[in-house]
Amino acid sequence: MSQTVFAPWNDPDEKPLIQFRNVTKRFGDFIAIDNLTQDIYAKEFFALLGPSGCGKTTMMRMLAGFEAPTKGQIFIAGQDMARIPPNKRAVNMMFQSYALFPHLSVWDNIAFGLKREGKDKDAIAARVDEMLRLTRLSKFAKRKPHQISGGQRQRVALARSLAKAPKLLLLDEPLGALDKKLRQDTQFELMDIQEKTGTTFVIVTHDQEEAMTVASRVAVMDEGQIIQVATPAQIYEAPNSVYVADFIGDVNIISGRAKPNGEKVAIHWAEGQPDIIGTTATKFEAGQEIHFAIRPEKVAISTEEPADAANKTKGKVLDIAYLGNISTYHVELPTGHVVKAQTANTRRLSRRVITWEDPVWVSWTDTAGVLLER
Amino acid sequence: MRRFSWFNATALSLGFAFLYIPMIILVVYSFNASKLVTVWAGFSTQWYGELIRNEEFLNAAWVTIKVAVMSSTIATVLGTMAAYVLVRAGRFSGRTLFSGMIYAPLVMPEVITGLSLLLLFIGIGLDRGVLTIVLAHTTFSMCYVSVVVSSRLVSFDQSLEEAALDLGCSAFDAFRLVTLPIIAPAVISGWLLAFTLSLDDLVIASFTTGPSATTLPIKIFSAVRLGVSPEINALSTIMIAIVTVGVITASLITKQAAVRQARDERMAERPA
Ligand SMILES: Nc1ncnc2c1ncn2[C@@H]1O[C@H](COP(=O)(O)OP(=O)(O)OP(=O)(O)O)[C@@H](O)[C@H]1O
Ligand SMILES: [Mg+2]
Repeated sequence: MSQTVFAPWNDPDEKPLIQFRNVTKRFGDFIAIDNLTQDIYAKEFFALLGPSGCGKTTMMRMLAGFEAPTKGQIFIAGQDMARIPPNKRAVNMMFQSYALFPHLSVWDNIAFGLKREGKDKDAIAARVDEMLRLTRLSKFAKRKPHQISGGQRQRVALARSLAKAPKLLLLDEPLGALDKKLRQDTQFELMDIQEKTGTTFVIVTHDQEEAMTVASRVAVMDEGQIIQVATPAQIYEAPNSVYVADFIGDVNIISGRAKPNGEKVAIHWAEGQPDIIGTTATKFEAGQEIHFAIRPEKVAISTEEPADAANKTKGKVLDIAYLGNISTYHVELPTGHVVKAQTANTRRLSRRVITWEDPVWVSWTDTAGVLLER
Repeated sequence: MRRFSWFNATALSLGFAFLYIPMIILVVYSFNASKLVTVWAGFSTQWYGELIRNEEFLNAAWVTIKVAVMSSTIATVLGTMAAYVLVRAGRFSGRTLFSGMIYAPLVMPEVITGLSLLLLFIGIGLDRGVLTIVLAHTTFSMCYVSVVVSSRLVSFDQSLEEAALDLGCSAFDAFRLVTLPIIAPAVISGWLLAFTLSLDDLVIASFTTGPSATTLPIKIFSAVRLGVSPEINALSTIMIAIVTVGVITASLITKQAAVRQARDERMAERPA
């Protein structure tokens, strides 16, 4: 039997675990969540991405039951949550501010939720120890929150929310304060937990790489609205707007006027420059405003004129950002546009052929970029 | 190390002299052998002996402590609840009026409070005695407790309660297991404040007391009107001693907690 791809959102028979139905949340006159409708399915790892203040935490707080929607409804497992208080929801949240109990030790913080369930002592102790091992906090079990470092506190908060093994876990920037190594380890732990327990995760993160690594789907938000929801690969390769393309990863955006030509679209973007040729499924009107978005790693850079590239143009190296494994070249075109091109550093630095002020060619194929209406 | 300048040293000694000379005189004269308060006639503890045999004073002391414990406890419960509602409930209609009404007794002249309570007790036909003093003291010390507790609650991180709810607590459990332990120092100092207020209140107690219940301040006040006696000095010295012992004990307990915490930390550091 071949393994099926996990994509319940494409299955019309699948019932979503979480449903936002035209949810609006106002704080006074301020609209924090703006008429949002979204389904999230069981066993998903749903990542919320967006700039500060776009409403990520507010969405979480409505799921946990700390805020009620001003308008609209939220369903969890088909049940309208309007009248369900936080302690009656099979939902646990890891707070952005951690919200550790300062008067309790690390151990008691993690045990807090388990004790409320009225489990017996041994079961609680076993579970807490398991959580301590998972988050590598065993050494600090007896300390109070103020006696440990910021990253350790974050892990306590994570352990406390994981301890009850809830159906739905809300993680508000769970790994921000951890170093890269520990963060990656914890990401894999989270995915592992998710696989083992089938918990549904909704996670807020500012780290795109993290969203890319762990998420089944990513929602990019702006000003209380979800701009695009898609798998990490789709978000990266086929953003639906300049906003999403710009928010996720590095991108070159060139704006111009569309000239449809059968399957392809030519973009007139500057006087005296050849039109950019791209392919798209969307229909563009002639003369319509159009934005061409291309990732730096899909732009080739060379000293010789490339023979058979669909798009190529000449420029001059303005700047080189050396990042170890890759280098990003900032190439200034005669029009004043700056195009970023990225190459893998397969050779040692001293053998590199392109340097500052060099005249170079940048080129890309006609399928390398995406054409966006907005 | 910062050194004391000449000015600082003088200011400090003047301040302490101002605070403690009256008390030192009182303590010294409580050991005076003479019955005359202003004439020193050698060391003696006879007034303490007489005090113990003086049943009126002992009764008054017992009444005072009973009243102070009961009223400060009730005031702490009510005051903490009021503070919690005022800080937490957000904007409900009549909030300003409600908070104004809680804090009004703070600035109300004691004579007025005492008089109005007296009128109330007469009006509802309550016999004046221990119960009426307890009620009266609860009324006026409750607002002090609520001021102390609400100033602590304002800086209390509300997400802690949310976390408790999130982990399955009822609202009451969240208060009992998270909020209360954290604000406990404020609640305790509120209780101590109410206790001391009740302990030395003369005005309101005089209005609301009956013949069956005489508190120590009332007793001392009426005794002093007939002239200061060494016995009163002795009684006051005992009160000073009780307060001093209490303060020292409290600070020792705090220090011990700090030491215990440091030990916990060392133990936690040891590899598991
Ligand atoms: N209780 C509140 N009263 C008034 N405004 C609020 C309240 N809570 C949130 N807001 C506003 O709602 C907006 C969304 O807040 P939210 O906390 O959801 O942002 P966020 O996306 O989590 O941001 P960040 O990434 O900085 O955590 C913000 O502009 C914030 O100022
Ligand atoms: Mg937030």
